[in-house]
Amino acid sequence: MARIAGVNIPTNKRVVIALSYIFGIGMTRAREICSKLGIPDAKRVSQLSDEEVLHIRETIDRDYRVEGDLRREVAMNIKRLMDLGCYRGLRHRKGLPVRGQRTHTNARTRKGKARPVAGKKIATKK
Amino acid sequence: MARSVWKGPFVDGYLLKKAEKSRSSGRNEIIKIWSRRSTILPQFVGLTFGVYNGHKFLPVLVTENMVGHKFGEFAPTRVFQGHSAADKSAKRAEA
Repeated sequence: MARIAGVNIPTNKRVVIALSYIFGIGMTRAREICSKLGIPDAKRVSQLSDEEVLHIRETIDRDYRVEGDLRREVAMNIKRLMDLGCYRGLRHRKGLPVRGQRTHTNARTRKGKARPVAGKKIATKK
Repeated sequence: MARSVWKGPFVDGYLLKKAEKSRSSGRNEIIKIWSRRSTILPQFVGLTFGVYNGHKFLPVLVTENMVGHKFGEFAPTRVFQGHSAADKSAKRAEA
C-alpha cells in the first residue's frame, strides 16, 4: 500500500492511473511524473519499490500543489472575487453560473435541484 | 481566450488623462466614466470612479485587488428585484 501526498492510497492499478486519484493530478501530470522518473507505463503501484515511491512523493511535494493546499488556493481565489464586489463575485455569492451562461433554463449544476414555484399552475392532462 | 500579452492591457486613453488630472488637483472627487471596458491599472488605485451602468454613475473606490479587472465588473447593469408577488397571486386565482 502506497501513501502519496497525504491520504491517497491507490493500489493495484497502473501507476499513471493511480496518481490521477490525487486531487490536482490528472492524466497529463501523472504521465509527466512517470516519464520524469522513468517508470514504465505497465507498472502497477504494488510493484513499485520503496525507493520509487519515495521519488514520486518527493517530486509531487516539490513541483505540484495538490490536495488541501490546492483546495485552499481555489477557495481563496473565489473568496477574493466575492470580497471584491465584482460581477463574478456576485454570481458566486448567489450560486448562479459565473461565466455568462443562460439561467432562463438549465444551469441546474449551479442552482441545485429545481424548486417548485409557488402558485404556478400544473399542466393537467385531459 | 485571454488577450495577448504583447498588446498590453486595454484602456481608453482619456482615462489616463482624467486620472492624472484628479490626482494632481484636489482629491476625492468622483471621476465619471463611461468606459466600462477599460482595464483597471495600478495608477488608478486610491481614486474613486463613477462607473456608468446605463442609468447612473456608481461610485467605485479602486483598491489594489481590483487591478486587472475591468471597470464594468463593479457596476452591475441589471437589478434583479425578485419575482413579483402579484404574478403569483394572479396565477393562483386562475387555478
